[in-house]
Amino acid sequence: MNHDQSFTNQEFKIVGTRPPRPDGVDKVTGRARYGADAFAPGQLVGLILRSPHAHAKIKKIDISKAEKLPGVKAVITSADLPDLTKGDRGQLDILENCMARGRALYDGHAVAAVAAVDAETARKALQLIKVDYQVLPHVTDVDEAMKDNAPIVQPHIRTVGVNPAPTKASNVSQRTEFGHGDVEAGFKRADVIVERSYKTEQTHQGYIEPHACLASVGPDGQGELWVTTQGHFTFRNQCASLLGMDVAKLKVTSSEIGGGFGGKTHVWMEPVALALSRKANRPVKVVMTRDEVFRATGPTCSTSIDVKIGATKDGRITAALATLRYQDGAFPSIWGMLGGMTSFACYDLENVKAIAYDVLVNRPKVAAYRAPSAPMAAFAVESTIDQVAAEIGWDPVDFRIKNAAKEGTRASYGPTYGPIGIGPTLLAAKNHPHMKAPLRKNQGRGMACGFWFNFGGQTCTDLNIGVDGTVSLTVGTVDVGGSRASLSLIAAEELGIPYEKVKCTVADTASLGHNDTTEGSRGTFSSGMATIYAARDAIRVLKERAAKTWEIDVADVTWRNGRAMALKAEHGNLNELTLEELAAASPRTGGPIAGHNEVVADGAGVSFATHICDIEVDPETGHTKVIRYTVIQDAGKAIHPDYVEGQFQGAAAQGIGWALNEEYIYGKDGRLQNPGFLDYRIPVCSDLPFIDTQILEIPNPGHPYGVRGVGETSIVPPLAAIANAVSNAAGVRLTHIPMSPPRILKAIKNGNGKSHAGR
Amino acid sequence: MIEVQLSASLREFAGGAASVAVEATTVRELLRKLVERYPRMQKRFDEGVAVSINGEIFRDDRAQRIPEGAEVYLLPRIPGG
Repeated sequence: MNHDQSFTNQEFKIVGTRPPRPDGVDKVTGRARYGADAFAPGQLVGLILRSPHAHAKIKKIDISKAEKLPGVKAVITSADLPDLTKGDRGQLDILENCMARGRALYDGHAVAAVAAVDAETARKALQLIKVDYQVLPHVTDVDEAMKDNAPIVQPHIRTVGVNPAPTKASNVSQRTEFGHGDVEAGFKRADVIVERSYKTEQTHQGYIEPHACLASVGPDGQGELWVTTQGHFTFRNQCASLLGMDVAKLKVTSSEIGGGFGGKTHVWMEPVALALSRKANRPVKVVMTRDEVFRATGPTCSTSIDVKIGATKDGRITAALATLRYQDGAFPSIWGMLGGMTSFACYDLENVKAIAYDVLVNRPKVAAYRAPSAPMAAFAVESTIDQVAAEIGWDPVDFRIKNAAKEGTRASYGPTYGPIGIGPTLLAAKNHPHMKAPLRKNQGRGMACGFWFNFGGQTCTDLNIGVDGTVSLTVGTVDVGGSRASLSLIAAEELGIPYEKVKCTVADTASLGHNDTTEGSRGTFSSGMATIYAARDAIRVLKERAAKTWEIDVADVTWRNGRAMALKAEHGNLNELTLEELAAASPRTGGPIAGHNEVVADGAGVSFATHICDIEVDPETGHTKVIRYTVIQDAGKAIHPDYVEGQFQGAAAQGIGWALNEEYIYGKDGRLQNPGFLDYRIPVCSDLPFIDTQILEIPNPGHPYGVRGVGETSIVPPLAAIANAVSNAAGVRLTHIPMSPPRILKAIKNGNGKSHAGR
Repeated sequence: MIEVQLSASLREFAGGAASVAVEATTVRELLRKLVERYPRMQKRFDEGVAVSINGEIFRDDRAQRIPEGAEVYLLPRIPGG
């Protein structure tokens, strides 16, 4: 059934309130079940042997001794994961990333796996597996990988997007370009041009919960997988495809998730766990160590970006150019292209060009990290914007307001914007009390804007009314940030019943039609839309039951405030029927009362945020302290404001860690030197001030309640906002993320120019 | 008739043209006709394509109608995190 998705500007009674979260008690008492919290009779421990080399040919793997060890029930290599991809290179890359096929492509690449009766036996078995490696030259730096003499990571890659098409192997998998106008002509008209290069190091999403699953496959080809994931339907499809199973015969249940942020949208060891179980004919549990999470899942890219922006003294940007180089790890992807698309999206530009390169290196396969690719591009662009503003003597907020994109602007990535929120977020920042707060010695203030696409996707929802009138809302969108609470609010609003009467559950893959992964800030947007329609479907049934009960025409029944009412004066003596009464009577009026909806939710709309932060820099140690931080973002409609604020704060906290501390450090041997939270420093509570938030509500015209996705956008501005603040505090421009104390001290010592302005 | 703007990665399949004119009323019809005219575009579409209609991006809904005179842009299908 097609539904009108248009915004209806209704008044809300329940949506917009802040009831307690439904998963809170379980999570604080330890009752919540995460990926490692499932158990099956006879389960085995699965462990994975990983390459200690960044790049190596695997000449031979001898598993014979491991197989003979008492207590070992299965040992697998790529031989147990045959290529069933039928020429689909993307699928083959996923398969090869899960288990090496004749070559190890990064430190930590899986080469074999065992399933044994206990962890000690499994560890001994791993030690008995003999792998004969021929170590090959490696490359881990994005700029080094683009050089002509760099070791080639994937010999079959020829750069796409270059004319004439190259015939030589390259580490550059593609070149893409976005923009319009004439940047050369635009630069000629500029009074000031700033041109600068920037680097960002690789980071990990840093979720507290490591990857974990319990896999069980029987000899009849039927299987079950309990797993921590952002998308159990996608995992089901992927695993079934890679293992040659029927989709319907693999039931996947998503556990509670202890953070994902994009890193759990992709299979890493789940096909291996299923293959172990299939071979052992017993359930196998695999839980990654933190070391494995860092080395062998999907961090974000490291990048190298050049930006050039020209402007006139009256504050108008005349041209903007960026060249972006993103490393995708050892398998080709689109992260550079995405950086190119987002880089100038905040601005109304007549002449703009972004050229992006996707580059292969001997590092793990990059995955999304919350607004993937946008934070790095924003760091480079927003840092340059600040420098241009300074050169022409403009306040950085006013300069951005003057050049901000608006309805009717042609976006730098192509289409024309409809109604968008960047102007309001900038105005709100300008007028925010944070902007007027006094700064002390060695403190600096910075601000920046950020942009992100939001998505909808395939969604399927059931709404069942129990005989006591309480409601079971069954959704397929994994709850990564409070969507169960939001969806319960929406169902309660539609039905006109208290929030406490609704119980929202994330169902397994056997219980609903396909639901896309929870990514792209789509959870509340798309499942919320499906919930609205499922509730309205249930209301249709409730009205029919009331009509039957009263023996009147259903056209004479209306639903309001949780009850059916008979319209028309001739029905004046009929008492209203509450949802509880109709539910209690349902066995005798036609059976269970339920609503259902499948929708491909599109029209999510783009999203903008502006952040302000104050940083103190110790000029003697380079140590930084975040003094104050404010997030301003357009949410369209905040269904549950606590959760929206939580998303803003969480994204900002991740951006702060990324900006100041976090980085993957690779040695000359191509091995990751700091695969643990001791040496990969994410912020903890004591590192951060309370992060202030301001929710703007500019309704999304493509959603009945005006909802926009909110989960990702606020990781985009922090790198730049903090860089601008640190630069203002230290008196030198920082161009390399993270701005760790040694980098800041070095910049102060070298007297890095605050800008590279020229004309 | 719709003037479809092509992102840079698709232009090489259309002889370098930045836009092409296509008669279509839905996204499905648009993509089908583009592939009929430029068969090599099929591989790119298989890898993932999104369609922007008057600034609104549609990733999945091939039944989405395209109003007469709409601004239509083909973009890569973008993932989130």
